[in-house]
Amino acid sequence: MKKLSLAIASLLLVLAALLTVPAGSAFAQTIEETIAKFATDRFPDTTRGVEEITRSGHPTALAIVEALGDNRLAYRRADRRVFVIGTDDKIRSAETGAVETDVDIDDLRRVRINNPIRQTIAAALGALRLGSSDPGQRRAAAEAIMQAREADQAPALEAALGREKDARVATAITQALAALRIVDTKQPESVRLAAIDTLADRGDREALVMLRSLPADAPAAIKQRAERAAAGVERHLSILSGVQNIFFGLSLGSVLLLAAIGLAITFGVMGIINMAHGEMVMLGAYTTFIVQEFLRANAPGLFDWSLLFALPLAFLVSGGVGIAIERTVIRFLYGRPLETLLATWGVSLALQQAVRTIFGSSNREVGNPAFMTGSFDLFGIALTWSRLWIVVFTVVVFACLLFVIRYTDYGLRMRAVVQNRAMAGSVGIRTNWIDALTFGLGSGIAGIAGVALSQIDNVSPNLGQGYIIDSFMVVVFGGVGSLWGTLVAALTLGIANKLLEPLAGAVLGKILILVFIILFIQKRPRGLFAQKGRTAES
Amino acid sequence: MRFTRRRFLGTTAAVAGMALAAPSIRAQGAPVKVGVLHSLSGTMAISETTLKDVMLMLIEDQNKKGGILGRKLEAAVVDPASNWPLFAEKARELISGQKVAATFGCWTSVSRKSVLPVFEELNSILFYPVQYEGEESSKNVFYTGAAPNQQAIPAVDYLMASEKVQRWVLAGTDYVYPRTTNRILEAYLKLKGVKQEDILINYTPFGHSDWQTIVRQIKAFGSQGKKTAVVSTINGDANVPFYKELGNQGIAAKDIPVVAFSVGEEELAGIDTKPLVGHLAAWNYFMSIDTPENADFIKKWHAFIKNPKRVTNDPMEAHYIGFNMWVKAVEKAGTFDAEAVIDAMVGVSVPNLTGGMSSMMPNHHITKPVLIGEIQGNGQINTVWQTSGLVVGDEWSDYLEGSKDLISDWRKPMSCGNFNVKTGKCGGKA
Repeated sequence: MKKLSLAIASLLLVLAALLTVPAGSAFAQTIEETIAKFATDRFPDTTRGVEEITRSGHPTALAIVEALGDNRLAYRRADRRVFVIGTDDKIRSAETGAVETDVDIDDLRRVRINNPIRQTIAAALGALRLGSSDPGQRRAAAEAIMQAREADQAPALEAALGREKDARVATAITQALAALRIVDTKQPESVRLAAIDTLADRGDREALVMLRSLPADAPAAIKQRAERAAAGVERHLSILSGVQNIFFGLSLGSVLLLAAIGLAITFGVMGIINMAHGEMVMLGAYTTFIVQEFLRANAPGLFDWSLLFALPLAFLVSGGVGIAIERTVIRFLYGRPLETLLATWGVSLALQQAVRTIFGSSNREVGNPAFMTGSFDLFGIALTWSRLWIVVFTVVVFACLLFVIRYTDYGLRMRAVVQNRAMAGSVGIRTNWIDALTFGLGSGIAGIAGVALSQIDNVSPNLGQGYIIDSFMVVVFGGVGSLWGTLVAALTLGIANKLLEPLAGAVLGKILILVFIILFIQKRPRGLFAQKGRTAES
Repeated sequence: MRFTRRRFLGTTAAVAGMALAAPSIRAQGAPVKVGVLHSLSGTMAISETTLKDVMLMLIEDQNKKGGILGRKLEAAVVDPASNWPLFAEKARELISGQKVAATFGCWTSVSRKSVLPVFEELNSILFYPVQYEGEESSKNVFYTGAAPNQQAIPAVDYLMASEKVQRWVLAGTDYVYPRTTNRILEAYLKLKGVKQEDILINYTPFGHSDWQTIVRQIKAFGSQGKKTAVVSTINGDANVPFYKELGNQGIAAKDIPVVAFSVGEEELAGIDTKPLVGHLAAWNYFMSIDTPENADFIKKWHAFIKNPKRVTNDPMEAHYIGFNMWVKAVEKAGTFDAEAVIDAMVGVSVPNLTGGMSSMMPNHHITKPVLIGEIQGNGQINTVWQTSGLVVGDEWSDYLEGSKDLISDWRKPMSCGNFNVKTGKCGGKA
């Protein structure tokens, strides 16, 4: 099946080439000469090589172009023969596609490419894959041709459109054709105007590029229609961009919430000014790094699940360190906020330097599992998977925490200790153990925040420092001691930040937010959701 | 180190005395101190620790060859801890306390500005190995990193010529190097006929980690029908989330290439570079350069650091060039005396690692080739373009009002860091 479609594709291409290439051009070259172009490893030769091999319809053309794009095309210096290094590490002859067993990979040098060549490759792949049996590939091929705007692909596109059954692929091909036609001076004006409408219907940034890049000598009617269509697309996009900004804000808000939620417990509920909170987040991120290293070495198949393994471990590591800190340092300092601040700050420096000594000062590479890479389109809004998962994850963590505090035995004891330590102690609750566990819980949650943050930020000893100030800001703004306040504060700050950023710039935006919070705290010193009644007095 | 601490302490006073008072007398075996002023803790440790190690390696290597003028060298390493005022204190300690003959150090411009008065006051020598914004020339500082015309301007030229870029995003971290570089670039682009509406300038705070809006802004700016490129002076840690966001939002190098001036092999070591393939970096050295000198340097580095995975980068090459220049100048002057060495430095020329010779110019900047490279999937950078010859570092930019008439020439009798060619006067000590 694949062979057949390839054959059809090649045939069509030859046809297309015959139609567009003037007779007596470089087309008379033999396939050997074409392939030999790659062996000079000079950019102009490589570009010509890609163009010629694509037009040649040679059976290995697709393999060669794909290999070139993946940096797997190589040549031997001694005899200038060109080879394709397979994804299976087998070395094949570029000309015949036959496996060569007597070629030493150390003798081969890879053919270098640059960005202009990458564009040529994308266009060539579009042409080569237009006949693929996989609808996804055909659609990608049409997109690639549209982006490359290679005028000589029009006949191939028309032929492909004629036999296309899949509606979505057909739309993509129509749009690609339209992109070629609006700049094609040979087409009658009516066809070019219709092409403008087709692109206007597509309505995304890609279409905008096409509509905006008409040659200066285009007829006035076409120019006008294109400008009107572009303005329409732009209006549509600016509405979308407002919605998109809100999503960005939600996403930033959820990151803030995730970082602050642990602090909402240690600072908000227990009243400890915990400067080492950021380092708990960092420990969580490093736990993720260790888990991934372990999986890479021992079970590469489980790599996509690495975050799932890292979550409980990060909770335990950070929680354990938190309990250790509480038992050895903080419990001697209850009721002395200034000393606690200094002591925890010291602990944070010690933890940073410890991590720097063990793992080195440079960034560590934490990979993104497949389900967290890339983005998808929702009504024209591009959402990135990693951000979306972090929003979901934050909601889950928040819900779990609420549940633990409200409905479990431990949560009850914790609330009792916070509300009235003496009375809780006299009914038999071991208050100092509750303190240790609560600090451990806050730290553990910071640890799992670290797992999520490792996906979007640097994993370095300084990771925590970047979040500590934001976290305190969120907790204070939301109202110390209120989990719901923390939630509302994080989302408010996130969205406000993202709405201000395009208007005022990232630096000024941050300053404005800070000024706003300072003014707000002047007016309402206890934050958004102030604790009322007896709790507030203590 | 071959010398024990005790023996060294015993001779320090003698060495110091001789270095100052009787420079021509050679004391056999008495070590000469070389200052190493790089942060080993704090935020800049990530970059600067490697440079300290390179200096130790170069000094060890020189001692194997018998030292200089028959005297061994000894590294005096101090840790300014990424703390700018501390840089000045540590510099004073090195020069007055430890009596170093020359100092190799600093990374950020603010740390260099902090130590500059100290080196000028005590008349000692500093080698500064990092690319910087220019607009400075000091008698006591030798700038072995790139000036803007040795990095930024050729990168823009490359994008214009080879990738036909017409629209420009100048994105940087909000501090002196990006601001000055972008000012120069903006003036240069306008000179080349780029219109104001085709330039977007964006600054972000240090360590910025949420790039969603900005990347989308870049995407929107790039979809106006003209080929767009990003010129990034984004600093250190903020780069990883920036590139991750680019990858996630599907901006490939072939659509909107990003050329970075602060991203080298060392910075890429912490990222999965597969989504970044094709984005560009402009430097004067890449680890992937195929020359015998570079192969030798990498071999020595791996043996010294005992880790075959460690990478080499541009500031390391700058120290290599600077150190060898200093060795040559000391030999030429026949003394370690700072004043004599400063005079001997101009015109000294040593091999660089890219297969050419770098020379010290009268403005205390050096000649270098400019390379444009593309990031590869393995974290290395492959050269895709390079200047046909060496480029002379230009301390006072030709594209900025107020600095285009200035030149610097530290040869006697001019000895001026900011000579105004229009008025014919030296504008006072820089």
